[in-house]
Amino acid sequence: MEKIKLTIDGVAAEVDPGTTVLEAARSIGVRIPTLCYLKGVNEIGACRMCVVDVGGRALQAACVLPVSPNMTVKTSTPEIREARKTNLELLLSTHDKKCLSCTRSQNCELQRLCKELGVEDDDRFKGVQNVYEVDDLSPSIVRDNNKCIVCRRCVAACAKVQNVSVIGPVGRGFKTQIASPWSKSLSETACINCGQCIQACPVGALREKDDTDEVWKLLSDPTKHVVVQPAPAVRVAIGEEFGMPMGSRVTGKLAAALRRIGFDRVFDTDFAADLTIMEEAHEFLHRVKNGGVLPMITSCSPGWVKYCETFYPEFIPNLSTCKSPHEMAGALIKSYYAQKAGIDPKDIAVVSVMPCTAKKFEAKRPELSNGGLQDVDAVITTRELARMLKEAGIEFERLPDEDFDPLMGESTGAGVIFGATGGVMEAALRTAYEAVTGETLERLEFKGVRGLDGIKEDTIHIGDLDVNVAVAHSTGMASKLLDMIKRGEKQLHFIEIMGCPGGCVNGGGQPIVPADVRAQVNPAQVRAAGLYGEDESKAVRKSHENPEIKKLYSEFLGEPNSHKAHELLHTHYTARPQY
Amino acid sequence: MTDTEIKQATREDQFAKLAAAIQNHKGERGALMPVLQEAQSIFGFVPQDVQVAIAKGLDVPLTEVYGVATFYSQFALEERGEHIIGMCLGTACYVRGAQKILDRLSSELDVKVGHSTKDGQFTLNATRCLGACGLAPVMMIDDEVYGRLTSDEIPAILAKYREPKAS
Ligand code: SF4
Ligand code: SF4
Ligand code: SF4
Ligand code: FES
Repeated sequence: MEKIKLTIDGVAAEVDPGTTVLEAARSIGVRIPTLCYLKGVNEIGACRMCVVDVGGRALQAACVLPVSPNMTVKTSTPEIREARKTNLELLLSTHDKKCLSCTRSQNCELQRLCKELGVEDDDRFKGVQNVYEVDDLSPSIVRDNNKCIVCRRCVAACAKVQNVSVIGPVGRGFKTQIASPWSKSLSETACINCGQCIQACPVGALREKDDTDEVWKLLSDPTKHVVVQPAPAVRVAIGEEFGMPMGSRVTGKLAAALRRIGFDRVFDTDFAADLTIMEEAHEFLHRVKNGGVLPMITSCSPGWVKYCETFYPEFIPNLSTCKSPHEMAGALIKSYYAQKAGIDPKDIAVVSVMPCTAKKFEAKRPELSNGGLQDVDAVITTRELARMLKEAGIEFERLPDEDFDPLMGESTGAGVIFGATGGVMEAALRTAYEAVTGETLERLEFKGVRGLDGIKEDTIHIGDLDVNVAVAHSTGMASKLLDMIKRGEKQLHFIEIMGCPGGCVNGGGQPIVPADVRAQVNPAQVRAAGLYGEDESKAVRKSHENPEIKKLYSEFLGEPNSHKAHELLHTHYTARPQY
Repeated sequence: MTDTEIKQATREDQFAKLAAAIQNHKGERGALMPVLQEAQSIFGFVPQDVQVAIAKGLDVPLTEVYGVATFYSQFALEERGEHIIGMCLGTACYVRGAQKILDRLSSELDVKVGHSTKDGQFTLNATRCLGACGLAPVMMIDDEVYGRLTSDEIPAILAKYREPKAS
């Protein structure tokens, strides 16, 4: 392909045709400010923060302007700087500017631009301000339109990435706001609680429902024995909240930090991921042998599960009956561990630290309980745990590496990779292979299910079975795959679906990466590399070889899919209305 | 046929017409706009269940239907009452206590501003300056102007328009 030559601020640049002026400038080291632009997701040229001068009469939005040969671009003239500043000041005139108490302070694209572009008078266009009710009825997501700058990045994430579309622009002009039909709360819509809208939002208008107060309360309650468990994806992300490079592996520091803020037991959801594999791999083999419903689809991702219940209820029989790993752990902490430790389950509180906002909704599902006790009592996201650690003054970077507590703290490489798309499938295949053939699997890596292609497919030979597997991540991709199955275009046996693009590493509760960084690197890829690195570093890399898992079965559960396992570790689903 | 049966029959008829309109435009680019327009002329307004029917019929998100319906002022989301009340909130009226009167209207009629009463008799709107500032605070009901209002006059004025309750 012939390159296109142009000049940007007097510097010669050569880029592929179709490149935008924004990206071309980036290639020569000029960062044009943006707000509504989210690469590949929201490219609508609406906010006009990115205006540049290409010699025409009016300034042009660089984020949607393709380069043309011999173009001469100026990105920072007095006129441009004034236009950008005025745009910002207009946004500020209707913005609730309470930075001091805002969750996004210091990681806010609006705040950063105001500082960088030298906005001096944040009240320049002071006037009538719309006052909106904050929607905090959802167990997962809080929407605060008083901070919304109507950039529509969330709308695009919800519609285009997730294919859910429960939020959109309503009304027009000055009164335009982002809302659900009939001004309903997100909690009354088909929202799947995935939090991808939070990841997309440049400001503090979208955030997770904060449950840190509840956790602090549990920690200071002397009658409660508080047990914590962090998900796989948390250990390759939380470091970012403390200024460490993206994808840093901080497993040991994470265990230490949880102990420091006062949890009585620090278990690991990775252990439960291994357990999920035991149950799920055997459930799959059982379905194959007994003519059960196929393809079987994984059920660890509560965003995906609610999506299935709402938009594809006909696939409910295909969902694995396995609870998600942290729910399995919760159920066991209040039975197996309670018994061993001699503690009344009523006095135990289980806290999950998750990369996921949908887990907050999941934990409240009535069916995920046992004897009137919810399996999990509170869920906080990676971001919320980071806030708690900061509040407690813990210098995370300086903590020593510690281990998780025994009984439910040991995990294998198979459990670790659960946090990345394809990881559950790979882990399940490692175990299913050995269970069926009785042979030792030589090459543990199933490369065909790794990586960031939206839908991945492979055929795996297990003994005399040819197993057709597929992996989809983001509910948007899931719907594409399910539609193909409905049209009879795919003959599949086993499917892994994760609700978020890239899997849990890029979940709605993970550290927020600003749009201009996302345009350069994909956090899902960098963090997943951290997980695969941890897998390789482990001595044991197959779930069924985890010694604590073996002990759990021999001393408590019996076999995978036993009666007791079913009682504690499996669940059922309910079709839900779309409107 | 009883009244309810008649209502039921017309409603079924209306939805059948809507289904035909959807069928006509399905697959077209930008089908939503003409379908909403037809819905508006079939029903006189575009209520929630009609929007849901359009979303299902055209296979577009309800969010989009609602977004378009609220973007263009030609679409009414609720049935318009038999009498339209417009309370002026222009500056002159406002400083003479128009808000208080509007609140009184809202509580007398048990309806929020911008909406219609449950019995379909009144729609309550707040309006910009009606150009009768000399009479502030001013209210219009249909074509009638009421000036120099006090909130205590409101019940008597409304009573003139209220249909006697069917007994
Ligand atoms: S959204 Fe950004 S600018 Fe607005 S209050 Fe929060 S930190 Fe400040
Ligand atoms: S949480 Fe997910 S489904 Fe809900 S509004 Fe946000 S993006 Fe849409
Ligand atoms: S909520 Fe956030 S992402 Fe959505 S439109 Fe408002 S500012 Fe943009
Ligand atoms: S118009 Fe280019 S970033 Fe918004």
